[in-house]
Amino acid sequence: MRQVAILSVAMTKFGVSEKTNLEMFAEAGLEAIAQSNLEPKDMEALYFGNCLGDFEEGQMHMAPFAHAELGLPISAPATRFESACATATVAIRHAALLVGAGIYDVVLAGGTERACAMGTPLATKTFAMGHHAQYESRPGLTFPGVFAMAAHMYSDKYGIPLKELKLNMAEVAVKNHYHGSMNPKAHFQKEIDVNTVLDGMMVADPLQLFDCCPFSDGAAAVVVAEAGRAKDFSKKPVYIAGMGQASCGPLYLQKDITRVRSREESVAQAYREAGLGPDDIDVVELHDCFTIAEILALESFGFYEFGKAYDAATKRETYLGGKVAVNPSGGLKAKGHPIGATGAAQVTEIVEQLREESGPRQVEGARVGLVDTLGGDFGTICNIILRS
Amino acid sequence: MDYKLTYDQYQQGLEQGKLLGLKCNGCDAVTFPPKSLCRECNGSDLNITEIEGHGTLRTFTVVRVPPMGFTAPYVVAMAEIDEGAWVMGNLVDINPDDADMSLIGKKVRLGNQIVKGDNYSGGDSRVVTFSLAAD
Ligand SMILES: [Zn+2]
Repeated sequence: MRQVAILSVAMTKFGVSEKTNLEMFAEAGLEAIAQSNLEPKDMEALYFGNCLGDFEEGQMHMAPFAHAELGLPISAPATRFESACATATVAIRHAALLVGAGIYDVVLAGGTERACAMGTPLATKTFAMGHHAQYESRPGLTFPGVFAMAAHMYSDKYGIPLKELKLNMAEVAVKNHYHGSMNPKAHFQKEIDVNTVLDGMMVADPLQLFDCCPFSDGAAAVVVAEAGRAKDFSKKPVYIAGMGQASCGPLYLQKDITRVRSREESVAQAYREAGLGPDDIDVVELHDCFTIAEILALESFGFYEFGKAYDAATKRETYLGGKVAVNPSGGLKAKGHPIGATGAAQVTEIVEQLREESGPRQVEGARVGLVDTLGGDFGTICNIILRS
Repeated sequence: MDYKLTYDQYQQGLEQGKLLGLKCNGCDAVTFPPKSLCRECNGSDLNITEIEGHGTLRTFTVVRVPPMGFTAPYVVAMAEIDEGAWVMGNLVDINPDDADMSLIGKKVRLGNQIVKGDNYSGGDSRVVTFSLAAD
């Protein structure tokens, strides 16, 4: 395999947008291409992420229209990826695999989502289409519901009283909102405290509103290229050191959802390819769709033993300046979660961190960063390790 | 290869009050709800079996912000049936506001109820329910 680099990254501001999916993607995509010192005609393929355009705008098959917005050549195929919330990371991984294999030299990858256009009842419904339709959606399961069930199971399995667990989960939200307050692209740029979380409306017991990431609009894109292209480039090169992706079936087959088996396998693949381990990671963008999700991820990575990561934020070990900086962008919780774009925004944050472009939220001396994106109810996990 | 126990057959079973699953002739594991291959060994030598309908509640949530078409609050739970498989369903016969951590580990009896269809589900369907066992 050839070495692969990320030449450039770009994202729109995340939040509620009046722009269409295509308009948002054009903004991110054209900026990424401009930043790479290349032109649209140099792109050999577009790997385009979008989950719910069908419901958001009545738009299926959006990839060729994104291709047209960007002015890509007819010879560059545009392909839609859909892996629920892990969509853009999976698109970037496949771009990197084909560049690594020598099929392409330069690929544009990323995604766009306009979830807010649906409103909460329809958005909740369409997100729930990510559960097994016949056996798990029909009892009225929702995404907060899945992570709520994981939180109850975690409390029971490790003997941590629910009240204590919830207080520690609230600290995860407080941390990510604090980080997000330093990110001008974040959906929420306001600090909160533990009471903001504990006074919030109940969404799915025991998860309250501020345990949950928002529905967001936004787009992000990255230029993936053969590493030689990065050498004659003004910005500090950032390389893909290792990648992983793994799959699990419905929850009834996963059983113990305090252990994310797909993530344990995916991150092991990424560590193996990179020749690195948990101690080598300086900065992480992980999939904190719900506060409990961040806790589960830290354990899957091997940063903490199982049952031990629940108070990591409380002990400030996952803050900027802590043991390992987790979600310096604000994470899905504060930066926002336009599902088809999320993974590309995570890669954007890590690349900027490794280039020391992150301003007030810069992780000092960051050299190795981990991207972690979860799709569906643990059905897909994709990890990318980047290094400068 | 023939699909041994289809969703439609499973639904017809529920309508008759039967919880149909698959017993593996290779490893004896019971797969419930059904899928193409044994959940333990991926074996395809399977016989349709009726499960007893007893289990233990493993986790739950009270959904308070429902998807379009559902009326909250209601309890969604996962239980491990005595035959070893896990299944998702609705905990019924309980006030959702009374659902707390003491439910985990409780014995449940399986049944089923109708969920109204919507534009995406091809009509009404039945889902597994759990009721707290008397003993
Ligand atoms: Zn078997």
